[in-house]
Amino acid sequence: MLNFKDYNPLEGKQLQIMDEKGNLNESLRPAELTDELLIDIYKKMTLLREMDKKAASLQRQGRMGVFASSYGQEASVIASSMAMGKEDWIVPAYRQQGAIIAKNLPISNFFLYYKGNEVASRLPRESHLFPVAIPVGSQPLHAAGLGMAARLKGDQTCAIAYFGEGATSEGETLEAFNFAGVYKANTIFFCENNQWAISTPRLRQTAAKTIAQKGVAFGFDGIQVDGNDPFAVFAATLAARKRAAEGEGPTLIESFTYRLGDHTSADSAKKYRDPAEVEPWHDKEPLLRTRLYLTQKGLWDDQKEEDLANEVYNQVGIAVAEAEKTPNQTIDDIFDYTFAELTPTLQEQKSYLKQFYPET
Amino acid sequence: MVQALNQALDQEMAANPNVVIMGEDVGHDGGVFRVTDGLIQKYGEKRVLDTPLAEAGIVGTALGMSVYGLRPVVEIQFFGFTYPAFQEIVSHVARLRTRTRGVYTCPMVIRTPYGIGIKALEHHSESTEAYFTHTPGIKVVVPSSPYDAKGLLISAMRSEDPVLFLEPSRLYRSIKQEVPETVYEIPLGKAKILKQGTDLTIVAWGSMLRMVMQTLSKDQNLSAEVIDLRTLSPLDWDTIFTSVEKTRRLLIVAEAPRLGGLASDISATVSEKFHGKLKAPVERVTGFDITPPLPLGEHLYMVDEKRILKAIKKLTHSS
Repeated sequence: MLNFKDYNPLEGKQLQIMDEKGNLNESLRPAELTDELLIDIYKKMTLLREMDKKAASLQRQGRMGVFASSYGQEASVIASSMAMGKEDWIVPAYRQQGAIIAKNLPISNFFLYYKGNEVASRLPRESHLFPVAIPVGSQPLHAAGLGMAARLKGDQTCAIAYFGEGATSEGETLEAFNFAGVYKANTIFFCENNQWAISTPRLRQTAAKTIAQKGVAFGFDGIQVDGNDPFAVFAATLAARKRAAEGEGPTLIESFTYRLGDHTSADSAKKYRDPAEVEPWHDKEPLLRTRLYLTQKGLWDDQKEEDLANEVYNQVGIAVAEAEKTPNQTIDDIFDYTFAELTPTLQEQKSYLKQFYPET
Repeated sequence: MVQALNQALDQEMAANPNVVIMGEDVGHDGGVFRVTDGLIQKYGEKRVLDTPLAEAGIVGTALGMSVYGLRPVVEIQFFGFTYPAFQEIVSHVARLRTRTRGVYTCPMVIRTPYGIGIKALEHHSESTEAYFTHTPGIKVVVPSSPYDAKGLLISAMRSEDPVLFLEPSRLYRSIKQEVPETVYEIPLGKAKILKQGTDLTIVAWGSMLRMVMQTLSKDQNLSAEVIDLRTLSPLDWDTIFTSVEKTRRLLIVAEAPRLGGLASDISATVSEKFHGKLKAPVERVTGFDITPPLPLGEHLYMVDEKRILKAIKKLTHSS
């Protein structure tokens, strides 16, 4: 099992197990990450990329709203959430639609939510997936709380919080680190450092050399991993999860990755980012790298790639059709979840509104 | 309206070297709605600060900077993101004058896109101005047109008090209007009579004015007096009272939730003052006491012509 002490972020260390050419350092590979599981991770990353691609196209056609793509960062959310247990809680920000895939939930929910229908937010309770958190840095505290509760109850269940490097500037994120540290919460803090918070580059976000070292400041380990290497992401998350489950407290994982696309479909990175900076990252992206490894091992070929491409294309097509045939939210839908019971005032407001929409 | 705001910022930055702009993506990106576009190129990184992603940090440091003598114009990317800075605004920005018996003050402007109606993501459609009109010590301003936006923003930047400047995101690009190149101020705390009338008074602010005017354009026989509040705190009661004195009927149109909203306050105050003198009880058309729905349900929440018309009928049919 990975020893975090070997990767002290203050010494500029970064965990990488598979390099950009798909070469593996077998000695660091966690036994749990079999080739079979890796193929599953590869398929899930490919599905995620297809979802984002389709969403971007729908957004341009006005069939979907603003959303944030994971393009180039797929290994972060997929490989980490696959290292978590089934009962564990996932607390995403707004760039982790991959968690829906990892949790085996209907991906149509992703399309439905960003079309603007909150009916999509009704996930099975046992999925242990929190809703999308749009206010930056507001959600790591919730993962800290989940992890604190698990610790107080003596459970092995853990919680993983996702956030970007921009979120580490928000006070609430640092409060989450502090609480989790003090209460030795069963929590993993997973920072997808994609180098850009809309137009703010990583170096203007914090004067700290790494994000990972912020864990050190709160009394627990931080580790920077090559975020485009699913082996490194998986290994670090697995080790952090084991520690958390055993009551040794939280870990901060900085997944060093790169946002190949725009922040969301509402901005244009060309305005503030030099395309020359982006270019080399295309050679480092996680799908390419994983495919190189699998091909070298004789586990993958063009036919399999083509089959997978067709499979995810169809899967996404079905999900979109599912989302598009879902009826829009009704007046009841927008009122009924305000409180446990509809108050007399809300009942009155609802009746008043319904007279203007006799069809609903 | 975006250009009018940009011009106001530009002209005031040119006139006053102490004016600095700060916020997330306000520099090289020019702001998510492009209100600060081009200013970093013109005034440099010492006048336009691309800050880390931290709203409490932005407002709290702006307080320090303003006490030191600068005039920060802060942008919070969306109104819903002022909440991390709530503590700084309510406990410090709004109170510094009181807490130092007037010795230290923090003149600053907090600009932010506000309101529902652009089919945005969750938390991007907030109309919770009442949190801040409920807070003594900070002025709250909402323009309803490009012309007003420019003049009000210039006044806000020159104000000795901190100003929360709410920019209706629905109006950013949907209203076109010629705006004079000259520098002009529109005084804070003064409402504007948008249309004279005798049958009833309609009070509104921000994007609701357009909805009101659209509704009225359908009924030429009705003589409604329309008041654009422009400043929500402090409120221009005189203009409201003078109008109601004449019309004896009042409708308030607000997109914010109903309970505890500004519309309720205006209704209560007018009902008290004009007890027994009104021709009909005061009417309010407001948002509902629910979380603003996601885009596909947005139209259900939003105040529209049908709802305004119904309230007008109710008011004018009673005598």
